[in-house]
Amino acid sequence: MKAKFLIPLLLFMVLVGFLAVGLNRDPQEIPSPLVGKQAPAFELPQLADPKKNFSPESMKGQPWILNVWASWCVACREEHPVLVELGKLQVAPIIGLDYKDKREDAMTMLALQGNPYLLSAFDANGRVGIDYGVYGVPETYVIDKAGVIRFKHIGPITMAVLNQKILPLLGELK
Amino acid sequence: MIPEFGHYALILALCVAIIQGVLPLLGAHQGRREWILLARPAAQSVFLLLAIAFFNLGWSFYTNDFSVLYVAEHSNSQMPLIYRLGAVWGGHEGSLLLWVFLLSTWTFLVAQLSKSLDEFMVARVIGVLGLVLTGLLLFVLLTSNPFERLLPAAQDGRSLNPLLQDPGLVFHPPMLYMGYVGFSVAFAFAIASLLSGRLDAAWARWSRPWATAAWVFLTLGIALGSWWAYYELGWGGWWFWDPVENASFIPWLVGTALLHSLAVTEKRGGFKSWTVLLAITAFSLSLLGTFLVRSGVLTSVHAFATDPKRGIFILIFLVLVVGSSLTLYAWRAPKSTLGGKFSLTSRETFILLGNVFLVVSAASVLLGTLYPLLIDALHLGKISVGPPYFNSVFVPIMVPLLVLMGIGPWTSWKNSDLLAVIKRLWIAALAAVIAAVLIPFVMGEFTWLSSLGFLLAFWVIASGVMQIIRQAKIGKATRSFMGMQCAHFGITVFVIGVTMVGAYQEEKDVRMLAGESVTVGGYQIQLQGVSAVPGPNYKAMQGTFLLSRNGTLEATMYPEKRSYFSSTMPMTEAAINVGLTRDIYVSLGEELDDKAWAVRVYYKPFVDWIWAGCLLMGLGGVLAMSDKRYRMKLRKAAV
Repeated sequence: MKAKFLIPLLLFMVLVGFLAVGLNRDPQEIPSPLVGKQAPAFELPQLADPKKNFSPESMKGQPWILNVWASWCVACREEHPVLVELGKLQVAPIIGLDYKDKREDAMTMLALQGNPYLLSAFDANGRVGIDYGVYGVPETYVIDKAGVIRFKHIGPITMAVLNQKILPLLGELK
Repeated sequence: MIPEFGHYALILALCVAIIQGVLPLLGAHQGRREWILLARPAAQSVFLLLAIAFFNLGWSFYTNDFSVLYVAEHSNSQMPLIYRLGAVWGGHEGSLLLWVFLLSTWTFLVAQLSKSLDEFMVARVIGVLGLVLTGLLLFVLLTSNPFERLLPAAQDGRSLNPLLQDPGLVFHPPMLYMGYVGFSVAFAFAIASLLSGRLDAAWARWSRPWATAAWVFLTLGIALGSWWAYYELGWGGWWFWDPVENASFIPWLVGTALLHSLAVTEKRGGFKSWTVLLAITAFSLSLLGTFLVRSGVLTSVHAFATDPKRGIFILIFLVLVVGSSLTLYAWRAPKSTLGGKFSLTSRETFILLGNVFLVVSAASVLLGTLYPLLIDALHLGKISVGPPYFNSVFVPIMVPLLVLMGIGPWTSWKNSDLLAVIKRLWIAALAAVIAAVLIPFVMGEFTWLSSLGFLLAFWVIASGVMQIIRQAKIGKATRSFMGMQCAHFGITVFVIGVTMVGAYQEEKDVRMLAGESVTVGGYQIQLQGVSAVPGPNYKAMQGTFLLSRNGTLEATMYPEKRSYFSSTMPMTEAAINVGLTRDIYVSLGEELDDKAWAVRVYYKPFVDWIWAGCLLMGLGGVLAMSDKRYRMKLRKAAV
């Protein structure tokens, strides 16, 4: 048996190792080190009006939702109608964090698909995303009156997540 | 009772598949003729049984039998019949049933069309397919039974995801799966030849038409999926580098390499172990694709039900199939003999180079697809890899590939005078340069990237045309030659489409009141009005737009925004005016205040060439398969 003919098998074994580990990790829901901690502070220009800034500090005193999104993100479009529904319920303000996006693309998407956000902060180079440990877009955080992150969801929120997790949690936080 | 019959047929199919997988292989090993002869009848029975199971599931959908859980979850009585039938494969369980049904279909075809082949070989091929079938049937029966009952029965079904309620659903999955699963035949031939130790040119000759057929289906399946996304999803894009799209594209790239490598093995006896490895890899990647889609290890727009139990099952199955194949490969492949010698300027060299580029591109797409998973498994965090990675890695690999495509077909086997070829090709080079300068100029804007795209496309086209003329003169324009040229032309048509859309598409998002109009790419689009229209299981707001150019009316377009009764999410149904050189794409957004609507319009030059190119590729494959000379050879070799 020549060694070089074993290479494909070895490569495959390495791949299987990764797949096996990957299988035990749910890509949608990962315990975040941030849950239970103060939401990282930042100051970013707003999407609609670059002259105005937004900082999480200004949201203190009420529970709110931070949703990381981008116009280039396919899953965000899937999630969008759910957010619009949530916005209509008026239970808590939704702040968008528009992640590594182009301003005009983002504005377009909101104009076309509806804007559930009170406002969106514009994170052009993803710096704030790094502070929040954004793995992939979309991600959603529920932050309480004191500015502590209480819940984090990775991937699009579905009606089920909304009804079973987010809405009950917001009810508690009120 | 109908679902129970289906379930019973499925269980029987498993039993027969075990026989099909075990006895012929043992028989071929020990030379027991009565076991070898079992292969064909076993394959035929499994096919029949799975056809019954499949038909019964279809019947349950047809009769709206909501006591079947799978039916209740994916269909309801208001859905049009065609989508109810399409819903058979609209979910996890049904699409797996489709998978195994198609696998048994391919096996059945092998059993029917291999009358002239060596009995031992046929027994081994059918045996290997039987083993794969056994594993998948176990998977269906143990974790994903489509015939599970829901008692008490539901009043009505939950309905299919509105995204899937489209003619695309009816054709895209079967086509794609035919391709995916079809690589199992080339795989089985490769394993059979490794088992028998007869790794020779005859093996390549046998498996070549099968690999080509699978490749044709996969090509068309991917193209259909892309077209579906383009017109149904309403985003105007045609490829998103989504993990599930990649899962079908990676086997395509490897399959393309396999087709070329098979040619070398058949004609020159070379690259044997490499060809076998490609055959194993192409099918392994199809299985991996199934794993990725069905286990939910990656997040994707396509991710259906995710269930870790299923993931573990497929992973074990993957390890058994691929692991044992690669072990067999490591054991047997070193014994294969080298083919005829060839020089650096031979056709062999060019095909090998092309193969390297194809495999590298497949590996880079695979890496990008799995990267989030690898990083996560190493506890380095979670990330997502987007189109920028794929575009910047994949596209540059395609550039040398296209350059090679212009030269490779001119070279001859063993050794060729490259200098003479290059001297002849200066005309093609000149034509390419002229096109690269002229077309961007005509289109109104020069960019280096679009110029490069035209340069490469016209380089291959000109070289191909010159070659067809030459071959026709000496009467050697055989079907397999024309098939190759046709597929290569398909690539160039595709490249032209991609280049045109990439460089010259126009997109506008506007707020429109009735009577207002917007201009893109020289066309005026005027909103007449928006009105409510009812549908069978949805209600829609339908816009009426007039499309005109220079004052003459060309078409009336009706984009819709639908709300399905079963779903809270509104669906965008874009209106597309299709043309040979451009599509006009209008999609209706949200209703804004005071009767204004958000409207998105696209001008997409040559976008349909993308799919036309794929059709040409598929047609090329069909032409190559139907080559008479080739079929005669097949018979002669088999005697």
